[in-house]
Amino acid sequence: MSFTSLISNFAELEVGQHLYWQIGNIRVHGQVFLTSWILLGALLVFISLGTKKMENDPKGLQNLLEFLWDYIRDLSRTQIGEKVYRDWMPFIGTLFLFVFVSNWGGALIPWRIIKLPSGELGAPTADINTTIALALLVSLSYFYAGLSNKGWRYFEYYVHPTPIMLPFKILEDFTKPLSLSFRLFGNILADELVVSVLVFLVPLVLPIPVMFLGLFTSAIQALIFATLAAYYIGEAVEEHH
Amino acid sequence: MLTFPIFATEGGLFDINATLPLMAIQIVALTYLLNSLFFKPVGNIVENREKYVSKNFQEAKNKLAEVESLESDLLSQLQKARSEASKIVQEAEKDSDKLYQEALELANSEANASKENARIEIEKQTSNARKQLSEQAEELSQLIVNRLIQSK
Repeated sequence: MSFTSLISNFAELEVGQHLYWQIGNIRVHGQVFLTSWILLGALLVFISLGTKKMENDPKGLQNLLEFLWDYIRDLSRTQIGEKVYRDWMPFIGTLFLFVFVSNWGGALIPWRIIKLPSGELGAPTADINTTIALALLVSLSYFYAGLSNKGWRYFEYYVHPTPIMLPFKILEDFTKPLSLSFRLFGNILADELVVSVLVFLVPLVLPIPVMFLGLFTSAIQALIFATLAAYYIGEAVEEHH
Repeated sequence: MLTFPIFATEGGLFDINATLPLMAIQIVALTYLLNSLFFKPVGNIVENREKYVSKNFQEAKNKLAEVESLESDLLSQLQKARSEASKIVQEAEKDSDKLYQEALELANSEANASKENARIEIEKQTSNARKQLSEQAEELSQLIVNRLIQSK
């Protein structure tokens, strides 16, 4: 197989093609919303099934949901701290669940079966819009957390050990959402690309370990995103003495 | 042939459009939805259970402490009773010893007195007998002397 034919095969993978929906005079990526609605619908059905009949003596799905709840509580409590973690737990938990469900849904469900007029269905987190939306929400959250907890004293954080830190801390406000969004986007997109390229080149056996690796990466990315979001909020509400 | 549109004018990997704010709104809505469907109800039930468990645990701990203090109370009472009992036994032993000693002394002194009496009686009788004997001997010797004088 020559290099040019390899390139043309890549082209068939339809990277960066989107299913455009025109709403008024704005355009959105329809495939992202389609997959996210399917996955979030499944998540909500799962959760409402598990919380439908809750007992003090948990059984079945309720057990799993309680484990999940406890996991998210531990995560936010260790990062944000005992004082305000309750206010932010739903947000951190939603981030974790959304990223996790999107990543795993993108990796586990054979979306390729469904043919779209343009682009293809996949993990919603493999679209830069989704990850930037998530990252900007995290930025807004930590600003809001800092300002609502400490008022204007929040800005002491920028000159915290010494005023020399000021430019770096301001820079951090830009690098935080940038790194959050690009880390998630890059990991999930790269995983999807590697799997589809391998499936295309060697359709048997070889892609399977890579798919497992992808599942592992997906779960880790969800954990990293939620942990970092919680850490940023915790950093903003932390009291310096 | 080479259609790998990363920075294409239409589409591409970094095509940022209205998907971003709409997705953000969707995630905020999801946060509220999950809060009322998942985090609140599950949190309530888990935290109520944790409270219930810790309350019962505390109660059990208090009860255990009570039992332990009662047990030590009982043990000290038992010890006191034992030492009192042993004191009483010792006193009784001392008393009985004293009584025995007294009785022994009384008996000894009585025995000594009667022995003395007997000895005095014996001496008296011995001396009486001796006196009688010497009187009789004197009489007898007088008789002998008289007889000798008569026969002459």
